[in-house]
Amino acid sequence: MGGLGVGSSVRLLDVKGLRKFFPIRKGFLKREVGQVRAVDDVSFHVEKGETLSLVGESGCGKTTTARCILRAITPTSGQTLFRGQDGSVVDVASLPKSQLRPLRRQMQMIFQDPFSSLNPRRTLFDIVAEPLVANEVGTRQERVDRVAELLRLVGLRPEYMRRYPHAFSGGQRQRIGIARALALNPSLIVADEPVSALDVSVQAQILNLMLRLQAQLDLTYLFVAHDLSVVKHVSDRVAVMYVGKIVEMAETQRLFTAPRHPYTEALLSAVPKPDPRLRAHRIVLEGEVADAANPPSGCYFHPRCRYAVDACRQETPRLEEIEPGHFVSCHRARELTLRGVGQ
Amino acid sequence: MWWRFRKHRVAMVSTVVVFLFYLVVICADFLAYSTPLASEAQRSLLPPQPIHWFDGGRLRPHVYGLAGRRDPVTFKRVYTPDPEKKILVRFFARGFEYHLFGLIPTNRHFIGVEGAPAEETLFVLGTDEQGRDVWSRLMYGTQTSLTIGLVGVALSLILGVLLGGISGLYGGVMDTIIQRVIEILRSIPTIPLWMGLAAALPNEWTTMQIYFAITLIISLVGWTELARVVRGRFLSLREEDFVMAAELAGCGQMRIIFTHLVPSFLSHIIAATTLAIPAMIISETSLSFLGLGLRPPAISWGVLLQQAQNVQALAISPWLLIPSIPVIIVILAFNFMGDGLRDAADPYGH
Repeated sequence: MGGLGVGSSVRLLDVKGLRKFFPIRKGFLKREVGQVRAVDDVSFHVEKGETLSLVGESGCGKTTTARCILRAITPTSGQTLFRGQDGSVVDVASLPKSQLRPLRRQMQMIFQDPFSSLNPRRTLFDIVAEPLVANEVGTRQERVDRVAELLRLVGLRPEYMRRYPHAFSGGQRQRIGIARALALNPSLIVADEPVSALDVSVQAQILNLMLRLQAQLDLTYLFVAHDLSVVKHVSDRVAVMYVGKIVEMAETQRLFTAPRHPYTEALLSAVPKPDPRLRAHRIVLEGEVADAANPPSGCYFHPRCRYAVDACRQETPRLEEIEPGHFVSCHRARELTLRGVGQ
Repeated sequence: MWWRFRKHRVAMVSTVVVFLFYLVVICADFLAYSTPLASEAQRSLLPPQPIHWFDGGRLRPHVYGLAGRRDPVTFKRVYTPDPEKKILVRFFARGFEYHLFGLIPTNRHFIGVEGAPAEETLFVLGTDEQGRDVWSRLMYGTQTSLTIGLVGVALSLILGVLLGGISGLYGGVMDTIIQRVIEILRSIPTIPLWMGLAAALPNEWTTMQIYFAITLIISLVGWTELARVVRGRFLSLREEDFVMAAELAGCGQMRIIFTHLVPSFLSHIIAATTLAIPAMIISETSLSFLGLGLRPPAISWGVLLQQAQNVQALAISPWLLIPSIPVIIVILAFNFMGDGLRDAADPYGH
């Protein structure tokens, strides 16, 4: 799919300065004693038909970003402009809850855990038809037909409709989750680590299914992941997050071959390589991931960065476009030559 | 769930036992053969009377007539059976008038004697100090004690589900307040609390009023446990992905609660409720035993056991302790049943 959607340049989703701070409460009266800056001034856009991947270590805020975009949680500040199927642009972040419903038909989510995302007490039909029922779409027979069609689309037999989720394997359950997300013909699908809970062999099947559906139904994906080999396979563009901020964003090919941020370089060096001679170049980061409640001064990455200079300790770098389409947030982005992964 | 429950042998047996006990509750008047308040000074502290089933090779259940006199040395009342005086025991015999199930007026009883009033001749489990028949009183006591458990649990259930639900669903200040109240209630030692509340009940209240007041007092503490269970379930379910999926699908709050949350913890609530009933029964029994709960003329297991409070009474008339046997059986049965339900409701236990 590489590069297929890029160039059409219709921005389906435009995120500007998104912030989500969680209060830390302590004591008997639950006084607020601090904030966890889970997502801190994140801006990016997703073009229609493309796949943008958000990658980063666990706890870096990628899932929170995804949930803020869907308004599963309300962001502290910022805008998420979404272009609806009728062409109008609305700010999902500031919309009152009562008006969210029509929008939710157009943006859906695929969950990480195929076990907890399906209610064990409801049948496949109940689960997949839930969005239809909640939005009062169709008669009972139409819903049955639609569910059968969706199940066929994701590679399950419609006869399974009356069964319960426990009768299915992890991969099949993930297919059910995908069918549910597709029920209302959304244009944006936010996939929160859709394959990280699955076996490697099943991962490939689900990824290929998602790619096939994207081509077939003209879907746009926001793909949250931590597995770079998966990301490389599916995305057009990649955004790397570190402690609530985007540190680098570029086209997949460019990011993998010529990263400009030391953190991206370290992440890429951790991708398993089949050639044992290349393994010596692994960069092992020192220390822990910075605490989002109490981030370091300057560049959040400086305590672990092997290229850090004084400026990094004092000044917070801004996300800058150093080449067309390549955004980096690093003081030394222009001077460093970093190692990517070869073809 | 029912399938898994059925495989649990002990729980199935316990369910049958519990069912039989509630059958006694419904048919207490039918199973008793003398009015529970009929006292006869001449028959006080009479030991259990054996039923002789055969008479001359034929099935003719009967008891021997009794002659009581006081032992001049010990001053104990001694009853000597008179084998010549056979009193036939009949099934479905006529006795005192009552309304079956509270509706049908009748005077038939499960057993009884013909010709003489049962109150004067038949004492299967002996009599108490006032010469009242222990068996008949036990039937009525069962009625009171077991219904108090049900009514108390029903009250706790309403309070617990309501407050626990609010606490778990909305969180924040409401949650803090409700949880602190629960902690305060639970930190008060129950016996002094009950003593205080029971002592506050007006003396002139009728038995009925006292009965309801006591249930209220018992469930006042009982609801806290259920509220915690409900809150815990709400909290853990609220975080489940399928709840978020439902929200993203466009479901309203009510739809999420009733189609996703409630069915997921309903079985847990049933199990928790079943486990709460024996606690209620024990509370009532111990309160009444201490003289703080129901008081005579009301009859409950606790009231019956009150008579067996001192060693003297026990040494002379051990049969007064018989009402403790159904207490033990019912408590065990309820606990096993609750355990079985809980195991069956647990989606992860196999």
